[in-house]
Amino acid sequence: MKTMMLEIRNLHAAINGKEILKGVNLTVNAGEVHAIMGPNGAGKSTLSSVLTGHPAFTVTEGSVTFNGKNLLDMPPEVRAREGIFLSFQYPVEIPGVSMVNFMRAAVNEHRKHNNLPPLSASDFLRLMREKKELVEMDNKLTNRSVNEGFSGGEKKRNEIFQMAMLEPKLSILDETDSGLDIDALRIVANGVNKLKTPDNASIVITHYQRLLDYIVPDFVHILYDGRIVKTGTKELALELEEKGYDWIKQETV
Amino acid sequence: MNEQTYIDLYGQYAETLKNNAAPALNAARDMFFERFCRSGFPTRRTESYRHTDFGDVFAVDYGLNLNRLAFPVNPYEVFHCDVPGIQSYMYFVVNDMFYSDARTAAQQLPAGVIIGSLKQVSEERPELVEPYLSRLAERKDDPFVAFNGAFAQDGFFMYVPAGVTLDRPVQLVNIMRSDADLMANSHNLIVLEEGASAKLLVCDHAMGGARFCSTRTTEVFLGAHANYEHYKLESTSENMCNICSLLVQQQAGSNLLANIITLHNGITRNTVQIDLDGEDCDTMLCGMTVGGRHQLIDNTTAIMHNRPGCRSNELFKYILEENSMGVFNGLLKVAPDAQKTAAYQTNRNILLSPTARIRTKPQLEIYADDVKCSHGATTGQLDESALFYMRQRGISEQEARLLLMFAFVHDVIENIRVDVLKERIRLLVEKRLRGEGSKCDSCSFCK
Repeated sequence: MKTMMLEIRNLHAAINGKEILKGVNLTVNAGEVHAIMGPNGAGKSTLSSVLTGHPAFTVTEGSVTFNGKNLLDMPPEVRAREGIFLSFQYPVEIPGVSMVNFMRAAVNEHRKHNNLPPLSASDFLRLMREKKELVEMDNKLTNRSVNEGFSGGEKKRNEIFQMAMLEPKLSILDETDSGLDIDALRIVANGVNKLKTPDNASIVITHYQRLLDYIVPDFVHILYDGRIVKTGTKELALELEEKGYDWIKQETV
Repeated sequence: MNEQTYIDLYGQYAETLKNNAAPALNAARDMFFERFCRSGFPTRRTESYRHTDFGDVFAVDYGLNLNRLAFPVNPYEVFHCDVPGIQSYMYFVVNDMFYSDARTAAQQLPAGVIIGSLKQVSEERPELVEPYLSRLAERKDDPFVAFNGAFAQDGFFMYVPAGVTLDRPVQLVNIMRSDADLMANSHNLIVLEEGASAKLLVCDHAMGGARFCSTRTTEVFLGAHANYEHYKLESTSENMCNICSLLVQQQAGSNLLANIITLHNGITRNTVQIDLDGEDCDTMLCGMTVGGRHQLIDNTTAIMHNRPGCRSNELFKYILEENSMGVFNGLLKVAPDAQKTAAYQTNRNILLSPTARIRTKPQLEIYADDVKCSHGATTGQLDESALFYMRQRGISEQEARLLLMFAFVHDVIENIRVDVLKERIRLLVEKRLRGEGSKCDSCSFCK
């Protein structure tokens, strides 16, 4: 018996009055990896923004349930503490906020949410060290300000590091492969795979099949014009790679 | 009350003023008075005061303590330092009186160092005072420097002889404390001879509900290769108008760090002029402000590259909310023969409410052709994408805003080279950003 984690039903969402999501349905169970593919402008990043509560988007219809709770009622920080993590397509540079302070604040907010006491300084540093190894992250990166002056690859690696620190139930990886060379891609994917447990789940948003060679999905969904128009197994990604998005466009017309 | 009141007052009490003043201050007093008669108090038509409205400040009928009567205030009892554990040599000026008792005198200063009342040193060791006093003030064409020159009678004096390093920071605590509205005018003189080294932390406080107006002129003379750090931390009240003029002259190879931090105040004007009169000087001038309610903070600075090969760096940051207002004027002047000058200026501001205002005016006048100069002024809001990023990691919006504000002023705080002080100011800034302690919380009086 699988545990249902996320249930999206008939989700419609708009930005500045323009409807982007036009009725998305998706169910994610614990232990599963779902890939969402689709052409530019299909609404992939909008879906991740809406799930994490970005204030620029308005949900106009539908529901999202996360572990039995109404996700759409929660502010972004509560969604995060409930276990939703977004690996940003474009991680934000925050000059002056050190990685250590940032992570300590985040980890302790999560702990408070779960009625746990804050971590001691030494426990926190031990946790940092442990998780850094997982994503083969350089010490010098965690001594700097959040993402400041990081290369594209370092930023993505830092996202996975934060994911390791926060141990989310549901991770949404928004085009984590964009801007990565093969080696960085392998390290990032290894990190994600190591963090996989039967109790957590991932949604991997990507343009290309390449990432799915490393992070093997249980399901592949194709998002087109604000709806999921096709669902299959990992073979669907290969088929898509071969035939291109025009194939989908023709099929849906 | 207007300038005429003070002009009449001077006419009537000039003798009293002079009889109770540091003798060296009297030398230029009439000259400053005449200047003030010509300029009056600045108005919105005075170019360097265009954006700073003193409003009703000079409509108040302030008392002046021209007879130098001691105030019944023991600063050791009423004052609890904002920076405990700093291990400093500590001195107090209560209103405009240098305060001294057995505890003050018991501090063992390194050989040759003299710290005390300007009046007293001017009487006992005029040769240490007269060559310097008012030399920079005379050069500064400013209505409040003139006013202060006419009315100041005493102040703080510090002398560090050639080659001597003060082992601990010196702390000068200015306390305004009175039950009736009061004006205080004081004149400080700081002299570091060749190769001398010192750090001064000036803390401005105000206690009680009376209205205060203070003018303080501080002249600093840095001999060749002297090293001087000047920190000013203002934690006064909304009843305070604090007009400070910091005038510095640097000789060859000297090094200055000035950091001006305003956390709680009413109306504050910091006039800073730094004259680089020797080659190969280094100057770091920075400051930050957190403004709320109706606070007004004006930092008007001038760095004068008069000689070749000097480096200056200026950095001012303002966080303004509610109805507060910030003013930044930054003049950078490079004289025709000041080649190989490197001068940088940055002013960055965050406005947190639609009614907070900032007026910023970078002003570069460069008359030499082989220089590196740059300036930048930006005004904006907190970065929304950074806020969302932090919230996505579980950090509350309020905490995220705080972290961003703190990050914004981070580089100003990094320019504090006394570790205990840096830690303490970090804490005070954090408290201020959290909205705690909207008035000075360092005295037993407020608590």
